Amino acid sequence: MTVGSQSNTMIQLNHISRVFNQDQVNEVRALNEVTLHIKRGEFVSLIGSNGSGKTTLMNVISGAVQPSTGKVFLHGEDATRLPEHKRSKWIARVFQNPLGGTAPDLSILDNFRLAALRTSKKQLKIGITGAFKEKVRARIADLGLGLEDKIRQPMGTLSGGQRQALTLLMSTMDHTDILLLDEPTAALDPRSAEVVLETAQRIISTYNLTTVFITHNLQNALNYGNRLIQMKNGKIVRDLDAAAKKALQLQEVYEWFG
Amino acid sequence: MIFYLSAFLLGLCLSAMGLGIFITMKIFRIPDITTDGSYTLGAAVTAVLLTQGWPIIAVIPITLLAGAGAGILTGLVHTRFKIDALLSGILVMTGLYSINLTILGRSNIPLLNLETIFTVLSIFDKQIYNEVWVGLLFLVLLSGLLAYLLRTDFGIAMRATGNSESMTRAMGINNDRMKIIGLAIANALTALSGFLVAQYQSFTDINMGIGIVLVGLGSVLIGDALINWLKIRHIWLQLGLVMLGCILFQMVLAVALSLGVHPNMLKLITAVFVLAIVGIPRLGSMRDG
Repeated sequence: MTVGSQSNTMIQLNHISRVFNQDQVNEVRALNEVTLHIKRGEFVSLIGSNGSGKTTLMNVISGAVQPSTGKVFLHGEDATRLPEHKRSKWIARVFQNPLGGTAPDLSILDNFRLAALRTSKKQLKIGITGAFKEKVRARIADLGLGLEDKIRQPMGTLSGGQRQALTLLMSTMDHTDILLLDEPTAALDPRSAEVVLETAQRIISTYNLTTVFITHNLQNALNYGNRLIQMKNGKIVRDLDAAAKKALQLQEVYEWFG
Repeated sequence: MIFYLSAFLLGLCLSAMGLGIFITMKIFRIPDITTDGSYTLGAAVTAVLLTQGWPIIAVIPITLLAGAGAGILTGLVHTRFKIDALLSGILVMTGLYSINLTILGRSNIPLLNLETIFTVLSIFDKQIYNEVWVGLLFLVLLSGLLAYLLRTDFGIAMRATGNSESMTRAMGINNDRMKIIGLAIANALTALSGFLVAQYQSFTDINMGIGIVLVGLGSVLIGDALINWLKIRHIWLQLGLVMLGCILFQMVLAVALSLGVHPNMLKLITAVFVLAIVGIPRLGSMRDG
């Protein structure tokens, strides 16, 4: 089912609410009537204090969490009832935990093979050919981290920053519309964080990905993206376009959290 | 000498189960106890069909399907009802005891003077040589097929499911479906062991499966220890070592018996042996750590 004239809207959340522990003492309204339309190619930086609902919002988009009320449209289709693994045909994710997006005991090559099959059936044939190996090697070499010589090594032997960078690269191995970055550099040192974010920016620009980027680092939120959204208590309280975002000063943004 | 050869042969017959347990334990990280039930199921189906004159060529796929069915049942109980994998296996294994008894119609069926896989594929004059040759044939075929499967795109998806479910979910893989398929393949292999052992020992008994999962676990752990010790990376070799583990396990039991240990003590020896394989390396690392 396609959604009317909004054909270049990639992500549509309509009147999304999510309540945890309904009617109990510890009831939490993580999302409160959130409506958000994100166009194809928009790069949204999403900020907010802990408990503001940003991660729940991302989980509602990815399918990790079902909304209590409201509808989710992805790429024009009603995805509200679709489970996570079915939404991966549009979505690539980088998790906060560097361990989340890769299989540690499988080699880099095996991980990339699965990434290349993200939107297709995994068949009973041997897909890792010489040509595929070269493709992976070339793509990883672009990172400039020297990992292209290690593609047979298990992912688990790499550092957090290396794994995050590779998880990002993996998103380019198959067709992707939406990139969800959930505090991808939270567990990384500044140098690795820079590599990961620069890699992300390159990928997003090259493939014109619709991106939602959750971060606690306000400088990064300002440096990256063409739209800034702040959440508070399960609602969107600020939504700035590219021009307004560019005009912002870091100090100003800090005040929002006062 | 014949005594050790028997142990060797039993190990060969059980190596299909070893591969099955390798799949659930090492690849999917699911502790699957269905084994005791699916092993006897394989033997029961084999006994009934062979004594009714069915050709081997039909018995093999039916046995595999029966084992797969048991695995699928465990998988469904685990994924649909969200019941712990261990308990799911126990539930199915328990139910299978009654089902197996019903299939057999009695507690024991002898398989004497029947056409068996060993007679159908016989190329030697001596019975025992045929048994070795057929056992080795199955070993090579099964490990080869499984090694191929694990290298396919589907096989990589299987391995990843057991390694990181968050990753596979993000890669478009249905974890529940994958686990069910893994359990189906593993228990089909276990049933195949039942098929082989029933014909090798010339009878099927309702109790032959009791405790067999521990034999399988111990065998896989021996194989695992060898893999780590020899640092084997190639998957076909790894599977070969798992099957070697099955043979070695039986040899150890044979040695224990030949040292004069009372047959009643065999299950205790089995448990202590498995404990030793798992425990000794850990004692070592605790001392260093």
